[in-house]
Amino acid sequence: MSNGINFAFLDEYAKREIRRSVIKAICIPGYQVPYSSREMPMGRGFGTGGLQLTLALIGADDTLKVIDQGSDDSVNAVNLRKFIEMTCPGIDTTTHLQEATLIQSRHRIPEQALRADQILVLQVPYPDALVIVEPSEDKRKIMHGEADYSRLLVKLYEDIVKFDEITISHRYPTRINGHYIIDPSPIPRYDVPKLHNSEALILFGAGREKKIYAVPPHCLAEPLAFDDVPFRIEDFTDSHGERRACKLCASQTSFLDEFIDQQGERVYQCSDSDFCEQQQELAHG
Amino acid sequence: MDKILEVKGLSQVYGKGCDLCFASTGPEFETNICPHCGSIVALHDLSFDLYKGEILGIMGESGSGKSTAVKCLYFDQMPVSGSALFFDDSGQKPLFKLNPAQRRSLRNHRFGMVYQNPNLGLNFDISAGGNIAERLLMSQVMNYSEIRERARELLARTEVLTERMDELPKNFSGGMQQRVQIAKALATRPPLLLLDEVTTGLDLSVQAKILDLILEIQSELNTAMIVVTHDLGVIRLLAGRTLVMKYGRVIERGLTDQILEDPQHAYTQQLVASAL
Repeated sequence: MSNGINFAFLDEYAKREIRRSVIKAICIPGYQVPYSSREMPMGRGFGTGGLQLTLALIGADDTLKVIDQGSDDSVNAVNLRKFIEMTCPGIDTTTHLQEATLIQSRHRIPEQALRADQILVLQVPYPDALVIVEPSEDKRKIMHGEADYSRLLVKLYEDIVKFDEITISHRYPTRINGHYIIDPSPIPRYDVPKLHNSEALILFGAGREKKIYAVPPHCLAEPLAFDDVPFRIEDFTDSHGERRACKLCASQTSFLDEFIDQQGERVYQCSDSDFCEQQQELAHG
Repeated sequence: MDKILEVKGLSQVYGKGCDLCFASTGPEFETNICPHCGSIVALHDLSFDLYKGEILGIMGESGSGKSTAVKCLYFDQMPVSGSALFFDDSGQKPLFKLNPAQRRSLRNHRFGMVYQNPNLGLNFDISAGGNIAERLLMSQVMNYSEIRERARELLARTEVLTERMDELPKNFSGGMQQRVQIAKALATRPPLLLLDEVTTGLDLSVQAKILDLILEIQSELNTAMIVVTHDLGVIRLLAGRTLVMKYGRVIERGLTDQILEDPQHAYTQQLVASAL
């Protein structure tokens, strides 16, 4: 490149290390693979883990979609997209899920099903689900190795005792391939079942915590629950017992964001803006 | 009778240790600190057998190595030498040759431990019921109502008010905390229970109730127990056989009655004579 920066910003050795870690993560589903996590021209905690994965995977023939909480237009998504466009000449970007080959996302898995030729990269703030019960990383590593998750399950037990249900709203601990339990990044519960038996490869990158892990395609992903208190997703029914609909596209199946409009009314709208627009286009023919 | 535990030559040294440690400490030297390297010989050459349903007492003054012995057996620490064979339903298990996962599984499923300080045995940040649930969840009981039911049963068995099962143990009195700890230890119906100074620091009436409870459990579940204490009353009431320890060594062993009525070793005589 003319300005002396390598394609995709990272040097080839850094990319190779990340790719090696990705392969290991795929081989051991749910295992947190440590990697060096390079310094990026943005603060850690702004999606540097996901960004490094994207930069290590992207090629000139890729089409990229960047999502922040379901939206393509919020600050985090726009800035990451601009940065990747700047450092990866020749790539295409899109907001349409179907056109994308590589999708980097924060806090959401897209509404529509992913395909086998797509890769989803999720940005992760806290990679270890055990961090809420054990502060020492050394001990957590042993607990993961021995699949010793009883203390995490006690947390669920205590939730049911206190509130009659499991109150974890996001970062829902999920057991991958019958062994390791992962923190699936702050996706809502609604998105957790999408990890199970997914067509696409799902990668998780934590830049600050220097960890990469993966849910490979067609892999078991079971959210933690009790036999008689099953996992459930968010409930969008209103006081009349009807499923709320998006105010823009009228979809009654999507994950909804709640906010207060100019008139002080409570309104609901699809969190996935790309899905919402596609639904509206369909409706208008 | 079936043997459940066979301990041979168990030794524990705190510090770097040297070749002369064992030869220069013990009751005859009146110390357990090695004069050559300064290491503490907490335990040396402890051997005993334990049979199913039997209660073995280990008696001795503070620092005599009695707690170290049970801590080694419960894998809280690894001894420097010695062996212990656990006779499980599924076969013999050499305790100190197991890998960490096997050790953890034995600890979770087959052994129960009650510490003097409930802080060590209970998690004070989760409810009493949650503490018991933890042990059940370790043994793959994944049904919420079943866990609740079992926890309630255990707490009722150990005479903790079941209405208080969802309270944090830090709100409980010392005696109640100890009962919750016993309920937790019993959750998986272990064949071996280790009791480390369980009644120390409790008032006399509570002590009596806890000791009653331990005897009831023993006769009901036929649990083998090792009772560590410096209290002669506890030993007299619970233990059939007793080891007397000093400076990390066993100085006298035998039937409890025999030891209390006709002590042979000077230290035991002094101990028995000084009992109030």
